Amino acid sequence: MEKESYLIKQVSLFSENKPGRLATMAKAFLDEGINIKAFSIAEADGFGVIRVLVDKTREAYDKLAELGFNVAYTDVIAVIMRDEPGGLYEIAQTLANASINIEYSYAYSGKDKAVLILRVDHVEEAIEHILNAGFNLVRQQEFL
Amino acid sequence: MRYWDKAIETIQPEELEKLQVKRLQETIKRACHVPFYQHRLQEAGISADDITKTSDIKNLPFTKKQDLREGYPFGFFAVPLKEIVRIHTTSGTTGKPTVVGYTKGDLDNWSDLIARNLTMIGLSDDDIFQNMVNYGMFTGGLGFHYGAEKAGLTTIPSATGNTKRQIEMIHDFCVTAIHCTPSYALHLAEVAEELQIPLDSLKTGIFGAEPWSDQMRTELEEKLRVTAFDSYGMSELYGPGVAFECPEHNGLHIWHDSFLVEIIDPATGEPLGPNERGELVITPLTKEAMPLLRYRTGDITMLLDDVCPCGRGRKIARFTGRSDDMLVIRGINVFPSQIEHVLLSIPEVAGSYMVYVDRVNHMDEMIIEVEINRQFFSGELADLKTIRERIQRALRDVLELRTNVRLVEPGSLPRFEGKAKRVIDRREKM
Repeated sequence: MEKESYLIKQVSLFSENKPGRLATMAKAFLDEGINIKAFSIAEADGFGVIRVLVDKTREAYDKLAELGFNVAYTDVIAVIMRDEPGGLYEIAQTLANASINIEYSYAYSGKDKAVLILRVDHVEEAIEHILNAGFNLVRQQEFL
Repeated sequence: MRYWDKAIETIQPEELEKLQVKRLQETIKRACHVPFYQHRLQEAGISADDITKTSDIKNLPFTKKQDLREGYPFGFFAVPLKEIVRIHTTSGTTGKPTVVGYTKGDLDNWSDLIARNLTMIGLSDDDIFQNMVNYGMFTGGLGFHYGAEKAGLTTIPSATGNTKRQIEMIHDFCVTAIHCTPSYALHLAEVAEELQIPLDSLKTGIFGAEPWSDQMRTELEEKLRVTAFDSYGMSELYGPGVAFECPEHNGLHIWHDSFLVEIIDPATGEPLGPNERGELVITPLTKEAMPLLRYRTGDITMLLDDVCPCGRGRKIARFTGRSDDMLVIRGINVFPSQIEHVLLSIPEVAGSYMVYVDRVNHMDEMIIEVEINRQFFSGELADLKTIRERIQRALRDVLELRTNVRLVEPGSLPRFEGKAKRVIDRREKM
């Protein structure tokens, strides 16, 4: 299905909030030649979840699991934003109009484009509304 | 020196021995209504008639907390339920609590013991008494309440919680005496200072349900400007009121007419002499609903040799610890096995866990590190929070205690070979 091609596999790691955990993950990516495209950390009272989008998702998952990390895949979508005032607003409003809730989100703004990564409650509807509103979504292979 | 019941409180040794033998015989007869004791006494080949002196007690079998738990719920009642007018429970070593029952006579004896203690420390109908402990299944609330009323004190059943309101009542009602855990008393003193509410009317503080040091006594007496008294008891032996400090503050008077006292080596069960530290074993002599023979309290103390100027009987030393792994957290008894039982019943929890006990601002805090089961990690932080809350709720339901659960990464906790040491008590030792 067309919509599914827009689903991006985020690698989510359960991590205690203590010195060295992020470094361990980052070192693993260095060793495997895995490049991080985007990432964020969410924290809750002593533990958290590290979320990463990488070029080699399966390799990242396997390597982290091998190191003993508790890892899971999470489906997210990545919307290309206009990198100027109002860019975020347009997308957020589109989802709001469709009553789609954003569970969490993070973004990056590079030389050529700004991208908003979204975890939403109804992902297929979200894709539909975003495409209908004329935005572009990034596909997983475009991260390679 | 005032007495509640001078004759019995100052009873002479020969007379006491006679009374104890008579009451021990009666207790054995009552115990024979409990199948557990019927079997045990048969096995030991002993009956009430074989008791001619108190030292014969060494021929009777011990009773352990575990035995009581196996009798859940009413297996240790020696009278028909019709005659039981009150039930309390106390934490058991695993999921099920220990149930204790009381006849009308038991409640009367129990409140009488409390009245004795309160009178001994100088309280009377001139005093206003605020009872700041749990009024539910915990025996400290209702136990002290009825004893204080019996002794004529103006009794305020303020129970636990809402420290500001507790302080306002002490101030507004000119409360003269309080009863609570020593750690809560220190917390109360600090909050009162923050609120700048003077507690000048206070003169007496009764502190129990958890062991406390002499250093803590100094702190309590300085901060609250009270004279502090140590109170000892346990639900299996009615509740509080078993032993109590007199104004000499040199050990606790234990009521020998009501409790036959032994100190044993907890490892071998052999009796120990005066001034030898060991486990306190008590045979209550007046309990009707639930007679117990040689109950192993698990608490470590010793019989003192000196004669008390107050004229009452032999004292025991203040308590210094436990012979088992029971923890006392904010006055509530917690067995590590209870925690394990709860954690193992939650599928999201992997096998390993650690328990840390700290004292933060005078209050005990229990941190429980829990490894989550790999397969339950969905990748979502919200799901982890839900798991954490569920574990805390399950622990709270069983322990009746708020705990701080920390989720840790699978495989990160120590693995033990042989006996696991999963509980680390980081509170300052007494």
